[in-house]
Parts: sequence; structure tokens; C-alpha cells
Amino acid sequence: MFEGKRILCIGERDGIPGSAIAECIKTAGGEPVLQLTQCFV
Amino acid sequence: MDLEDQGIIKKTVEEQNENNTVMVVLGSPDEKSAEMYSETVKNGDPTYAGPLAGVSLGLPVYHILEDEVKEHIDSEVYQQQVGMMEMVLDKEAITRIVKKIREG
Repeated sequence: MFEGKRILCIGERDGIPGSAIAECIKTAGGEPVLQLTQCFV
Repeated sequence: MDLEDQGIIKKTVEEQNENNTVMVVLGSPDEKSAEMYSETVKNGDPTYAGPLAGVSLGLPVYHILEDEVKEHIDSEVYQQQVGMMEMVLDKEAITRIVKKIREG
């Protein structure tokens, strides 16, 4: 599913941050090309 | 979605999306936020305020809590990075709306 794909990891501070999504995606063979963590404070 | 981030997403997709290899994985904490982000990366900024207004990127969008995403990820890493939030967030509502927009 993620093998060979470039992934935009759009996380949120009150949910799952972009960095955590990226760590997961790497184990599935995807390449995180962007990590964002939205914050609404 | 933050206007600056919309610009970053637009630029990244323009640079990286050869052969349609770009996908989005969200980490939104609720249904409303998941809906807004999914809409923005698929059909364009629904508020018509940012660089993605009227820009339909058409990207495949998933949420990290979806079972079909989870099953591809190393279970130890998933537990470490997502496990706690998986227990407290409304997984069913969040994943339902993302899937609806992705397939809509």
C-alpha cells in the first residue's frame, strides 16, 4: 500500500503528530516527504 | 488549515507527485478536523482562503487510525507512536469521514 509512495504526514498536536505518522509510515515502506503538525492555540 | 502549510503542501506536491506517487496520512484528533483536512488535500481549501482554494489536488487521503493503514505498519512502532491516542480518540467517526471523502 505504501511501498514506493511519497507520503505527506499531516498530524495535529492534539491528535497524532506528523513525526509519529512518519515513523509508522517508514516501517510500511513509504517515504515521508513532508511532516506537519498543526496546532490551534 | 494553516495558510502557510497549504502553500508548503502545494509546493511539495508539485515537486514530488510524478507518477502520482504522493499520498496523505492524517493524524487529526476529531471528525471535524479530519473532514477539513481530507477535503483540503482532495478537493481544495473549503474556506477559499489559502493557496489551495480552488486547487483540486485529488490526493489519496488516509488516517493513521484506519485499520487498512495500521495493518501495514510494524505493530511495535504503531503501539509506541499511536497506541495511546488510538484508545482515546473516536476512531470510528474519524475513519468513517476520511474514507467517505477519499472514496467520494
